[in-house]
Amino acid sequence: MRKLAGSILCFAAVLIAGPHTASAMTIEKIVSPAGIEAWLVREKAVPLITLNYAFHGGATQDEADKSGTANLTADMLDEGAGDLDGKAFHERLENHAIEMGFQVGRDYLHGSLRALNEHRDEAFDLLRLALTSPRFDADALERVRGQELATLQRDTTNPNDLASRRWWQTAFPDHPYGRETKGTLESMARISADDLRTYVRRVFARNELKVSIVGDVDAKTAGELIDRVFAKLPEKNDLKPVANATPSGLGRRIVIDVDVPQAVVTFGGQGIARNDPDFMAAYIVNHILGGGSFSSRLYREVREKRGLAYGVSDSLVWFKRAAVVLGGTATRADRTADALAVIEEEVKRMAKDGPTPDELAAAKSFLKGSYALTLDTSAKIGAQLTQIQIDNLGIDYIQRRGTLIDAVTIEDARRVARRLYSGGLLVTVAGRPKGLTSSGTTE
Amino acid sequence: MLANKRVIVLALVSALSTPALAAEPAGPEIADFTLANGLELVVIPDHRAPVVTHMIWYKVGAADETPGKSGLAHFLEHLMFKGTAKNPTGKFSQVVARIGGQENAFTSQDYTGYFQRVPSDQLKTVMEFEADRMTGLQLTDDVVLPERNVILEEQNQRVGNNPSARLTEQVDAALFLNHPYGKPVIGWRHEMEELSRDDAIGFYRRFYAPNNAVVVIAGDIDPAQARALAEDTYGKVARHGAIAPRIRPQEPPPVAVRSLTLADPRVEIPSMQREYLVPSFKTAKRGESEALEVLSHILGSGSNSRLYRALVVDKQVAVMASAWYDSSAIDQSKFGVQGSPRPGVALPQLEAEVDAVIAQVIAKGVTDEELERTKTRLIADAVYAQDNQASMARWYGASLTTGATVNDVLHWPDRIRAVTADQVRDAARQWLDKRRSVTGYLIKDVSPQAEKRS
Repeated sequence: MRKLAGSILCFAAVLIAGPHTASAMTIEKIVSPAGIEAWLVREKAVPLITLNYAFHGGATQDEADKSGTANLTADMLDEGAGDLDGKAFHERLENHAIEMGFQVGRDYLHGSLRALNEHRDEAFDLLRLALTSPRFDADALERVRGQELATLQRDTTNPNDLASRRWWQTAFPDHPYGRETKGTLESMARISADDLRTYVRRVFARNELKVSIVGDVDAKTAGELIDRVFAKLPEKNDLKPVANATPSGLGRRIVIDVDVPQAVVTFGGQGIARNDPDFMAAYIVNHILGGGSFSSRLYREVREKRGLAYGVSDSLVWFKRAAVVLGGTATRADRTADALAVIEEEVKRMAKDGPTPDELAAAKSFLKGSYALTLDTSAKIGAQLTQIQIDNLGIDYIQRRGTLIDAVTIEDARRVARRLYSGGLLVTVAGRPKGLTSSGTTE
Repeated sequence: MLANKRVIVLALVSALSTPALAAEPAGPEIADFTLANGLELVVIPDHRAPVVTHMIWYKVGAADETPGKSGLAHFLEHLMFKGTAKNPTGKFSQVVARIGGQENAFTSQDYTGYFQRVPSDQLKTVMEFEADRMTGLQLTDDVVLPERNVILEEQNQRVGNNPSARLTEQVDAALFLNHPYGKPVIGWRHEMEELSRDDAIGFYRRFYAPNNAVVVIAGDIDPAQARALAEDTYGKVARHGAIAPRIRPQEPPPVAVRSLTLADPRVEIPSMQREYLVPSFKTAKRGESEALEVLSHILGSGSNSRLYRALVVDKQVAVMASAWYDSSAIDQSKFGVQGSPRPGVALPQLEAEVDAVIAQVIAKGVTDEELERTKTRLIADAVYAQDNQASMARWYGASLTTGATVNDVLHWPDRIRAVTADQVRDAARQWLDKRRSVTGYLIKDVSPQAEKRS
């Protein structure tokens, strides 16, 4: 079962931190003949190549009444390109066991490509076609739209989706971050093939492209492969600016009625920017509160001591223009109020006293030691390197991370705990929680 | 949108992906040996990162529960984190966290597994803890009773809140007339509510022992080192005198086409799920399980599959259609087909189109192109799996606890390569007989009672 917070959080919550593999892995910065920068890790152990990349401009680029445009575009990129219709394109992928994926977040469109060495050229050629000449054929578009509509229709009674969606709408009204990446039933019906073409034209460009390659290739070959995919893209993207935002509705509780045996809770508040000097302290403090799966305060108090839920956790989530701390749980309807009271009490206690020195030491030890586990496959390495580039942390970040963690003092942790958890929580609950009603000011 | 493989495995906390049955370790030398006390070890070296995945798989699952105690194997899995005389509650998890490890556990019908992913110099630490709790578990009601509430909430989260999971439970229960595979791994609520400390300890004493387990270690370790560490830790646990063989009540020959309908007020998009009773790798004749694997891909994996092309693209009666096969089971297993209709299409119409696609494969077989494409994909999966030490460990663990050997896993790609078009057609003809199946419809409950239900 998916951990609850996992289904609520978006991609930005990747755990980025720490060293350990520094000696085992060398990252090279390369520049392709056409001038595109990429990070390369040479890995010969397994005969495959992995490409990860990201274009700035995700769902924030959707028109307000056409949310879901970026997401629908991503769905359509492997549904036909160049001379190949969707069927032919999929056959080419499958005949060579090529894995091509696209994922839309709020700020970025992420892509991944994986192929056996023997099918490398075919894989990169197909990706070029997908990114530079997607067809968006009418029949394929209607089919994929139908699938998206079915998902959205199903979501209308899904408590996880209801709680999450309302949280974001309330936290970021009238801002792109408040809109669902997958759109709504109404918006999905409005999107045309031209909207998809417009999105591609504005977002798929070279200037803010981040690229990582892991595989058995040298720098020269890697540069050629990168150019084969990306060199023909426009020099510069054409993005709509996104305003800075802070979450609103803190202190409110909203109950959404849906007939399910278990109430689903989303809670969260103001977070911390990735480039804030206090970020690492906040990351550690939040790990202690609700990040570590078996060792966090929330896990201990809500699950282990009281048996109120199967899962409870929270994470830092950061974007380019906003940051939140966001968590969730799911509890039986007659004990939802108890679970929520425990969570609110733990958040307050952390804001007031911060972690203990022992907790801080244990969390530091975990965050340093566990980093190697996030870098033990080509796919994970590629995704991490791309995120490090997006967060602008520098190519030496993996080496520096341990020092950054060690530098956090107990005073830092207490100060940052106060800063992070004093602002109050916005809570949304989907279900029929006994004795719990909406409260707080409404706009 | 195309889920094509479903194995019911419950995790202690978060998601564990399905053990993908595919991967020829052409590179690493895999070691397989057994200690004097009967514990089998498999070591899969991968020195790319200084980490190891350490898993212990017990050959016991939900299908080994006493009737009336459904959910017990999984409940015990949760309780295994509650401490021993030597290491009180929480100590193991604290140590794993302090060394930067990850841990979790999972339960299926046939196995129960526990794992830690840790820096490779900490392997011995986790082996010591795991060996200690193999026979040293201590339980009191103080920890057992809150944990029972946790599994009840887990049941709500997985099943109660999820209409399509409720349908799967009903289809499974109808498919198995006699075999315990018809009970959900999570359990039936009325039985879960009564599970006790004594039930858990009794089950533990019957099944948890070195001679009823397989340890799989993948990552930055050599077999000789792993063996020395294992002798030092697990090697000291005494063999269990009497592990009963896993003989479960078997299915009678299926003779009736079965169908059922579940109405739930939260259903917005209706759907159908069908399951056929088919052989697992363990129970199949040579080559039959592999043919079913290939058949499930050709029928329902990806957007060039038969079901997707016919139902979603050409006839446009479905928004989704797929098929899956689960080869890893001690006893007979399942082949599944599922779909969701487009708005305005009734479920019987969708089902008729599914039947037509299956009838076509039975009558005419599959094309060479389909066969080649599917084999390429499956054999490539074996290479992709080598990129992930945890996937490799899961693949071996799931295989070895469901009746396969290391050699079977190593030669899986060869056996896939050998599948012929005739074998695929024959598998469809023999096993996709509707009398072997249950078809479940999931529809919206619009009755007044549904509105008032609280």
